Amino acid sequence: MCLAIPAEIIQINNDDTALVAVGEVHKTVSLALVEQCQVGDFVLIHVGFALEKLDIEEAERTLALFAELGDTLTEAEPTVGATMGEGQ
Amino acid sequence: MKYIEEFRQQALAQTLARKIATAAKSDRQYRIMEFCGGHTHAIFRYGVQDLMPSNVQFIHGPGCPVCVLPMARIDMAIQLLKTEQVILCTYADMMRVPATGKESLLKLKAAGGDVRMVYSTQDALNIAEKNPERQVVFLAIGFETTTPPTAVAIKQAKALGLKNFSVFCNHVLTPAAMVGLLNAPLENEEQVAIDGFLGPSHVSSIIGSQAYEFVPREYQKPVVIAGFEPLDVLQASLMVIQQINQGRAKVENEYFRVVSPEGNRKAQQLMAEVFELRDTFEWRGLGFIEKSALKIRPEFSEFDAEQRFSCLAKPEAIIARDHKACECPSILRGVKKPTDCKLFGTACTPENPLGSCMVSSEGACAAYWSYGRFRDATKTEEAQSA
Repeated sequence: MCLAIPAEIIQINNDDTALVAVGEVHKTVSLALVEQCQVGDFVLIHVGFALEKLDIEEAERTLALFAELGDTLTEAEPTVGATMGEGQ
Repeated sequence: MKYIEEFRQQALAQTLARKIATAAKSDRQYRIMEFCGGHTHAIFRYGVQDLMPSNVQFIHGPGCPVCVLPMARIDMAIQLLKTEQVILCTYADMMRVPATGKESLLKLKAAGGDVRMVYSTQDALNIAEKNPERQVVFLAIGFETTTPPTAVAIKQAKALGLKNFSVFCNHVLTPAAMVGLLNAPLENEEQVAIDGFLGPSHVSSIIGSQAYEFVPREYQKPVVIAGFEPLDVLQASLMVIQQINQGRAKVENEYFRVVSPEGNRKAQQLMAEVFELRDTFEWRGLGFIEKSALKIRPEFSEFDAEQRFSCLAKPEAIIARDHKACECPSILRGVKKPTDCKLFGTACTPENPLGSCMVSSEGACAAYWSYGRFRDATKTEEAQSA
């Protein structure tokens, strides 16, 4: 229920909505809950609303922290770049 | 997809898992409750539990709104549909939730009831605008993530002067549920011991990390707010384990890219404007918890379905009957696992759920069924052949 995914704003409309893109999928969402959004911002999308802006700097910082971890701790990692699949 | 797949990198997950294995001391147990059903889903979908040492255990919390809604509230919605001939709009998760007498909104729709599955409160408003001769009720559920969109819809309905739109409000509050869990008595196996929490992702984006300060202060337990992706869950688990090892209890935030200490002020203001606290509200599994849910303020009472329709005015008249063998209440408290339930995977499956935890993909039973039901069996076989 509380799932929300990051989407990029590609157009801001006059009626407090925006067209956003997640990969190839486009969707119009309400901007009623966020302030001062611009084209190019990433927002979290939940039940047709932009819930919060994603802080790109913080996202990159978290990723850099993970990468650093990988550099310092990995011995041999043949699967770099692979994403996690679904379990069964 | 940007800012999604980067947080699912397998090699980094293995690195974090090794860090956790090193950090977790072998002479103690780490019982980490992931409050939120979104985390339960991620833990199962990506096999996070399998990456953990055996003494690090996830206890699945009650943060699944469909799961914790007591059956009586669904019975009330069904009664509304039957007696008032309304158009009932709700999110997909609600459609298959079992009601008394094996009824559900989906079954009622099949029998001719006008139930509409909507993606957004905006869709429900559109339906009301297009059907001025019909009463349209939005059956609202969810924690603080889903509440602000309902507040927006009620304000829009007022601005538009809609006379045929109302909300049957079942919004509930995360911190109050944590209090309910932490205050439950430990005797008689009514409650499990919890060493620390993974804090919700998107509820926290609204209410802010400050909202959990009472947990370390009053209950001396760490809370680490985590994103919903597998690397987020692993990193946050490591942070909980490190706090436990150091004897610390603080609110920490792994999900800095979205969650701030103060949260989303605009959303908080909208919620405060439209909603006020209920004195008490019943939770499946947790019983009645004081000030744990929201109702619509008197200023917006014309949009409150509980005020508009007399059949909703007397909830005490409804006597809900949960399935006798259903273990959802114990599973929601973390006392039992889905596989401890006699109905799991036999009479109760996602196609034919008897208990609410089997309905939503973030319910513990549905997550076990989809991603984990063969896991324990495989482990047993491996142990026997070794």
